[in-house]
Amino acid sequence: MSTLTVTDPVLHEFAAEVGAEGPVAVAGGRTRWAVGGALDPDARVVSAPAGIVAYSAPEMTVQVRAGTTVAELAAELSTHGQRTALPERGGTVGGAVAVGENPVDVMGRGRLRDAVLQVRYVSAEGELVTGGGPVVKNVTGYNLPKLMTGSLGTLGLMVEFVLRTNPVPAASRWLSSADADPTASLATVHRAADVRWDGVTTWVLLEGHGPDIEADSARLRDLAGFAEVDGPPPLPPHRWSLRPADALGLPARTTGTTVVSVGVGLAWSDEAQPQRVVDAGVGAVAARVKHSFDPTGRLNPGRRVGG
Amino acid sequence: MGLLDRLTRRAAPVAPLVADLRAALSDDRVRVDGAERALMAKDASVFGGGVAGPTCFPTSTEEVQAIMRVAARHDAAVVPRGAGTGLAGGAIPLGAPIVVSTGKMNRILEVDEANGVVWVEPGVINLDLSRHLRPLGYHFAPDPSSQAVCTLGGNVANNSGGPHCLAYGVTDAHVAAVEVVLADGEVVMLGGLEAEPAGYDLRGAFVGGEGTLGIATRIAVRLTRNPPAVRTLLLSFAAVRDAAETVSAIIAAGIVPAALEVMDQRITVAVENFVSAGYPVDAAAVLLAEIEGLDDGVDIDAARIEEIGRANGATDVRRAGSDHERELLWKGRKTAFGAIAQLAPDYYLHDTVVPRSALADVLEQVYEIADRHGVVVMNVFHAGDGNLHPLLLFDAREDGTLERVHAAGAEILRASLAAGGVLSGEHGVGVEKQRFMDELFTDADLDHQNRLRRAFDPACRANPGKVLPMGHSCADIQALRSVPTEVWG
Repeated sequence: MSTLTVTDPVLHEFAAEVGAEGPVAVAGGRTRWAVGGALDPDARVVSAPAGIVAYSAPEMTVQVRAGTTVAELAAELSTHGQRTALPERGGTVGGAVAVGENPVDVMGRGRLRDAVLQVRYVSAEGELVTGGGPVVKNVTGYNLPKLMTGSLGTLGLMVEFVLRTNPVPAASRWLSSADADPTASLATVHRAADVRWDGVTTWVLLEGHGPDIEADSARLRDLAGFAEVDGPPPLPPHRWSLRPADALGLPARTTGTTVVSVGVGLAWSDEAQPQRVVDAGVGAVAARVKHSFDPTGRLNPGRRVGG
Repeated sequence: MGLLDRLTRRAAPVAPLVADLRAALSDDRVRVDGAERALMAKDASVFGGGVAGPTCFPTSTEEVQAIMRVAARHDAAVVPRGAGTGLAGGAIPLGAPIVVSTGKMNRILEVDEANGVVWVEPGVINLDLSRHLRPLGYHFAPDPSSQAVCTLGGNVANNSGGPHCLAYGVTDAHVAAVEVVLADGEVVMLGGLEAEPAGYDLRGAFVGGEGTLGIATRIAVRLTRNPPAVRTLLLSFAAVRDAAETVSAIIAAGIVPAALEVMDQRITVAVENFVSAGYPVDAAAVLLAEIEGLDDGVDIDAARIEEIGRANGATDVRRAGSDHERELLWKGRKTAFGAIAQLAPDYYLHDTVVPRSALADVLEQVYEIADRHGVVVMNVFHAGDGNLHPLLLFDAREDGTLERVHAAGAEILRASLAAGGVLSGEHGVGVEKQRFMDELFTDADLDHQNRLRRAFDPACRANPGKVLPMGHSCADIQALRSVPTEVWG
């Protein structure tokens, strides 16, 4: 028998509920429900099962069902001094992986797609499929976890993951300056977990060993008078994804508040990002992927990934 | 159309195919001579059976596209090839396909610091890229042992790793975008420089595709900043188990070093005879640990690693006192496989991953399995991420030896799977591990991998006969390997 054969009866029950016919959609916490466009109202809505299946802190991996809330997982990991690359803004683990957005502090926590080691999903034919593997390094076969992350459930309804975890740094500190070059601020420190800039003020999140944070704090003070603060203000509502160099020009191009994640290319603004366009050639491959995974278009009908 | 019809159809029109390729490139960059084809028939793996067709040396994306279009017109298969250092047979041409060497596409195109990437062509050598970036304060993190010769295109195809991938991740974490020529000649840019490119992550799916999803022609590789401070520790142990348990304990303590490499005594003795790198030859195993960061932090972590090592039986802990000493230790680690060539005419390097907590137990099984099959095994591996590299030494001229080596290898794979591991951590599946794929994955899992592959290459013309086991469409083309060598003249 294949070692990745699914034995968990809870997963088989979910597969039976999804079945093999008729339009079907999956709901998590509905915190990002509008992403990808309106769902076909004819779709039957199901919810993935919840629960942390196996957590090995020494191994730095956690096996978790898709319906588990991000908050519950974060609380469990924090009891062992660990965290994941899931954005902690509510919702479920399955929803977060399906949407595929990185955490705001992606330079500290890492990219979400690099943390999804193994994915299990129910296919359009109602079968349980496993992609990837449960260990931290793996190039065995094609990389289905990458394909599923950010797929909005249009290729399979995700039900369980093995995620990479990481130690929570020993110390952390926010600093800010209203008179700093944001790019120079990022370059000055060894390892910033997050650098934000609203066109005037720069905020830097340092993480690591205490003495290292002291050393980087001193560099920032010397650079532009950075001082310790509780944290940055809440982010504006609309998330943008840009090239890092282009994102720096966004505060000047938008009205209202815009905050750029420096060096990353994410931004948050009172204005929404215009619809992005996927190149036609790439779109053709994507359409073939969609058709081969979901020939009848029954999975999350109405949702569009990208463009 | 049946397989035999396809075979016949592909093998027959020799001259027109070569003529069309030459018209697309030039006479001297499409080679059909025996010497060239013999060279292209093999890679660094132990596998034979390769038969190369015409070998092309394109210099641009447009030329790769032209080759792909000629191939599509003739329904010919195409195999991309970098330096041929792969160990799973991924570059072995099956059924006399067109071989596309990326050797003449070796330019570093543009360092784009503002967007954190460097654009390269696929034939750029891994170490050349890091050397080019060093004065700017950056490097390319994946550092396979073959980094002095292997290419970025090969790294992308195999999703290559290396000792320093423990903290930084393997190749797919370092590729922002990749321009690909698909098997039908379409050119697509997968991924992008935006923080989160729109659409499915086809870039992530392409990296590690072993040349079966198309040919990479331009790659945007992420710039990794050079660390301000590095500490390198060498811990000696009286038992391999102690070294393995130290690795588990370091990870469990929440320390993620840049590298954690274990070498057993057989390896250190061979290395010392070869390059005198400074490894103790009386220890049963050594652990090479490297930490990168700021001065204070690396000292804190180094002290904790020493403490954990001593608590787990380390008999000696040495810190590299100079850059020279550190470079020597790494030279020793990375030339381990060259050193082995002194000991036996042939070796077979395995590659599996197990949970880090299972390292010590699986290693004991590896020694037991090798002993039982009468094969000498040495272990040098990326312990920090559970990536085992048992090295089996043999002399292929002795009757029955290769069979015993393969039998031992199969048992090692199965022991790794039984421990909750996977078949490959960084070498890939190629032709080496196809037949074991269904011991890890179910039929439904493999069917879905095949769907991904067919979405990129519906006609199965890109590197056919690799990765997926027999019974999954693109693998059945393996029968092509029997095409006679004379057909290309």
